[in-house]
Amino acid sequence: MDRIVKNRIILEFDGRAENVSLSRVTVAALAAQLSVTLSELEEIKVATSEAVSNAIIHGYQNNPEKTVRLVCTLYEDWLEVEVKDEGVGIKDIKQALQPAFSSDPERMGLGFVFMQSFMDEVVVDSQVNLGTTVTLRKKISSSGVKNKAVS
Amino acid sequence: MTHILQNKNDTLVVKVVGELDMLTAQEFREIVEKAMAGALVRNMIIDLDKAGFIDSSGIGVILGRYRKIKAQNGVMVLCGMNENIKRILEMSGILSFIPFCSSEKESWEIIAKKAFKGA
Repeated sequence: MDRIVKNRIILEFDGRAENVSLSRVTVAALAAQLSVTLSELEEIKVATSEAVSNAIIHGYQNNPEKTVRLVCTLYEDWLEVEVKDEGVGIKDIKQALQPAFSSDPERMGLGFVFMQSFMDEVVVDSQVNLGTTVTLRKKISSSGVKNKAVS
Repeated sequence: MTHILQNKNDTLVVKVVGELDMLTAQEFREIVEKAMAGALVRNMIIDLDKAGFIDSSGIGVILGRYRKIKAQNGVMVLCGMNENIKRILEMSGILSFIPFCSSEKESWEIIAKKAFKGA
């Protein structure tokens, strides 16, 4: 994307459940540098949480010694969150993106549904045994004066 | 993350304080399972008044408990969710089959009504 980068963070962390909240709070703190509304901020947090949870649960099969890499970039009016694992990969991306598809009976396969509902673009790039990169992009309305986040 | 549990009249009241994500969903599952194993629990009220965040892991753990309660003909009620949490739960579809209301008090009324009807 040929756009002016306003700010960028790169974060690498162990695939531990504790780091899911750390990652979404970090992304939200960075996103708050744009004119985001509180509701947009909440959507960004949920989408990030889903992408990072997927990397840990599915990509790394809950192996905490593996590293998740998160790159969050702010453009003038876009936020981009890239979550990368070097885990098992997804055999069938199309199937994984289906609502109600989950390999775990206690999950509803909602992760990608939330990512797709809350972000403007969701790109999944995956290769079996090499890993998965999920890129989430959200357009931030520059006129976000209404309900602007004050954090 | 704290889950405050109370068991009154075969109904377990679970108060979620803080965030319900992959980490805390696991804690929630363990605490609630332990409570259900240690006492007679027929119905469940999950009070989300003090919950600040939920994602699909949190919804999954609620759904898992709902299935158990339903399997024993009990009633589950969700209450006190803020606007953001309500929006997420609505999108997930679970509010189409799990009753919800604004307060614990109303939850007791729903349980009394449903239990009377034989759930």
